[in-house]
Amino acid sequence: MFATLRHWFDERFNWDDLIAPLRHKIVPKHSLSYWYFLGGITLFLFGIQVATGILLLLYYRPGANEAFESVQYIMTQVQFGWLIRSIHSWSANLMIFTAFAHMFSVLFLKAYRKPRELTWVSGMILLFLVMGFGFSGYLLPWNTLAFFATKVGTEITGQVPIMGKPMMIFLRGGEEVTGATLTRFFGFHVAVLPGLATVLLLVHVLLVQRLGISVPPKLEVQWTANPSARREMKFFPNFALREMMAWYVALAALGVLAAIFPWNLGVKADPFVPAPAGIKPEWYFLFMFQTLKLIPSKVWFIDGEVLGVLAFGLVGLFWLLLPFFESDQPSRTKPWITGLAVFALAYVAGMSAYGHLAK
Amino acid sequence: MAILQNKPRPLGATHQFELAILLVLGACMAYGQTKNSCLDCHAALPDPLGVTQEKFSQDIHAQKGLTCTSCHGGDATSDDPDKAMSPKAGWKGKIERKQIPQLCGNCHSDPAYIRQFDPSLRTDQLVQYRTSVHGKHLAVGDSKVAVCTDCHSVHDLRAPSDPRSTVNPVNVANTCAHCHADADYMKGYPIPTDQFANYKASVHHEALAVRGDLSAPTCSTCHGNHGAVPPGIDKVQNVCSNCHAFQDQMYEKSSHKQAFQAAGLPGCVVCHGNHAIAYPTDAKLGTGPDAVCMRCHTPGDKCDQARAALLADLTKLDAAIKSADKTLALAESSGMEVSEARLGQNEARDSLTKARVTIHSFRTDLVNQDIQAGLKIAAKNLQAGKDAMVERNRRRAGLGVSLIAIAMVLVGLRLYIKRIES
Repeated sequence: MFATLRHWFDERFNWDDLIAPLRHKIVPKHSLSYWYFLGGITLFLFGIQVATGILLLLYYRPGANEAFESVQYIMTQVQFGWLIRSIHSWSANLMIFTAFAHMFSVLFLKAYRKPRELTWVSGMILLFLVMGFGFSGYLLPWNTLAFFATKVGTEITGQVPIMGKPMMIFLRGGEEVTGATLTRFFGFHVAVLPGLATVLLLVHVLLVQRLGISVPPKLEVQWTANPSARREMKFFPNFALREMMAWYVALAALGVLAAIFPWNLGVKADPFVPAPAGIKPEWYFLFMFQTLKLIPSKVWFIDGEVLGVLAFGLVGLFWLLLPFFESDQPSRTKPWITGLAVFALAYVAGMSAYGHLAK
Repeated sequence: MAILQNKPRPLGATHQFELAILLVLGACMAYGQTKNSCLDCHAALPDPLGVTQEKFSQDIHAQKGLTCTSCHGGDATSDDPDKAMSPKAGWKGKIERKQIPQLCGNCHSDPAYIRQFDPSLRTDQLVQYRTSVHGKHLAVGDSKVAVCTDCHSVHDLRAPSDPRSTVNPVNVANTCAHCHADADYMKGYPIPTDQFANYKASVHHEALAVRGDLSAPTCSTCHGNHGAVPPGIDKVQNVCSNCHAFQDQMYEKSSHKQAFQAAGLPGCVVCHGNHAIAYPTDAKLGTGPDAVCMRCHTPGDKCDQARAALLADLTKLDAAIKSADKTLALAESSGMEVSEARLGQNEARDSLTKARVTIHSFRTDLVNQDIQAGLKIAAKNLQAGKDAMVERNRRRAGLGVSLIAIAMVLVGLRLYIKRIES
C-alpha cells in the first residue's frame, strides 16, 4: 500500500530525485557532533512557534481594549488554551536561547569559515529576527510589564542618531506607546517577521544542504592528512533519528515548563499609572540594557546612551561580517576570533546575570 | 611686565557706554516701585521686630501689593524714622493683641474689598471668631487666647493651600498644639492638654499625615476654625456624619440613639472616643480589652446575645474571605489564572465593610443580609480557587503521562539507532 502510494507520488513529483541528496548526505562523527543538534532544535522550536501562534490567532484580538482580555480568555476559557499560550511563550524563550547557543557553537567550532560565510550571515540575520519576534511578541498580551518594557525599548531606539526619532515614531505608531503600537507590533509579529524569517530560513537550510556540515579545523587538518581516520554517519536515518531524539527532549522540557510554570499573564497595562520600580526587559536584551545603564550620561561630549546604541550597532555589524576576517586555511585559523568569542560569551552571560540581580 | 598687567586700566569708551546703560536700566527698574523704608531698618533688627525683605516677600499680603503701612500705618516713603513713624502719618506701632481680629477684619469682613483679590474668599471670619471660645475670652480681656496671627502667622502669612502654611490641613494640628499641648500655657483653663498626643495616635492623623489624605480630619474639621468650639455632646454625631454618612444613617435607626440621648452620652464618642480614635476592629464587639458593648450591657442579656451574633457573623465572613484568599494565592503561585476570582474578592470585602457599617444600626437582621451576600461571593471565589487547584493537578498528571510517553519513544529510538548501526 505504502509502496504503491510512494510510486504514485514518484511518478508525478520525481520524489526520489528530490530526496536523493538527503540519502547521500553525511554528517561528520566526532566528540563534538552533539553541537550539530542545536540548529535543528532551533528549527523545531520555530515550527512549534508557528503552530501554536496560528492556534493563538484564532482567539487573540489585537487592540488596547481587547488584547489582555482575549489572552485571559485563552488562558481560562479555551480548551487547552493555557497550554498553547504557555508553550508559545516558553518555546519563544527556548528558541532564542538555542539560537544564541547555536551561534556560539558555530563560532567555537569555526563552522563559519569559507565557504560558509553566507550561512553565517543568514544565521545572524535570523538571530536578529528571532530577537525581533521576542520584542514584538512580548507586548501582545498588553500587560503592565510588557507595556513599560516596550516603552523603554522603543525609547532606546530613539537614541540612534538622525534616524532614531523617526524610527521610534514608526515603531510606536506615534509619539507614545498606545493601542496603535500594539496593532503595529502584531503586524510585525504575525506577518512581516514570519515572512522574512521563512525566506531566510529556507536560504539558511539550503546553504547547509548545499555546503554540507562543517568539520572543526583541527580535525579537518587531521582527516585531510589521514583520510582513513575520517568518521561519518548518514544524515538519514542515523543523524535524523538522533536529531528526533533531541526534539523529543525539547518537547518534554517544554511540557514540564508549560505545566509546572504556566506563563504568567500579569496585570493589564494602564498607561496612566507610573512605571513599576526596577522595570527590566526580557533576559535576552538584559546584557544590552545593563551596559546602557552602566555607561556614564556623558562620555566626552557624546551622550552616553547614544554612544552605547552606536557601539552595539557597530559590534552587531562587525559580528555579522566576522567570517570575512577569518583565514581560508583550516591550519591557520585566527585565535583572536576564538578569544573574542570567549569574551563575548562571558560578557553576555555576566552582564545578563548582573542585570538580573541589579535593582 | 606681570606688575604692569595687574595695573588697573582706565575705563575705555566702550566700558563707559556699558556703565551708562546699566545706570539707565537701574533707574528704570527703580521707577514705579513703592519705597518701603520700614524694611531697611527692620531687616537688621532682632526678633520680634525683625522682618526681612525675604520673609515679607513670602507673605500673601505683600504678594497682593500690601505693605507694612497697610496694617501699621506711617509713611514708608520717608527715610526719616521720626517722620515715617509719626502719629501724624497714621503710625499705629505694634498692634495690641486684642485689636488684631478687628484690624484683620477691617479688610477680611469687607466683601467688596476682598472680592478684588479672591472672589471666593469668605468674609465671615471675624463674625465667626467672635462666637468662638477664643473670641469670647478675648472679648472679656483674656489676651492669652489665640488671635488671627497666632494661627496664620504674621509677616510671612501664606495661603492655606500652601503646604508651608501654618493652617494647611497637614499643619493645623501642630498649630493648635502650640498652645493646647502646652500644659504651662493652658494652666487656668479647665481643659486637658493631651488632645494632640491622642490625635497623633489616631487613625485620622495616620490618614492625614502618613497617607497624605487631605480629606482626613484635623482639629478644625470637627471644632471649626475661626468659630472654634467643642462640638457639644448632642452635636458630636452631626460632626462625625459629615464624613461617616452611612454610619450616621444606621445609627439614626438604632435603639442606641435614643438611649444615649436620654443618658446624656456623646453619641459616636461613647464607643470610638474622640481625639484618640483608633482603627475600629471587630474586637469592639467582643468581650476582651478592646470591647465596648459590655461597658454598659449585662452579660447574657438580650443585647449581649445580639452582640455575640453580630460578632459571629463578621468573624464568619472574615474567615471565609481569608480562606478564599489563601486558596486563590496558592493557585496563583502555581501559575493558574485566577485574576477574575481575585478581583471578585474585592466584592466580598466590600460586603464585609458594608456589614461593619450596618453594625451601627445594631440590628442583626440588617447585618446578616450583608454577611450572607459576602459569604455567597467568597464561597464562589473559594470554589474558583479549588477548581484551579484541581485543574493544576490534572495538568501535572497529564504531564506525567506525556513524559512517560516521550521517555518510551526516546528509548525506542535509541534502541532502533543501536540496531541499525550494529
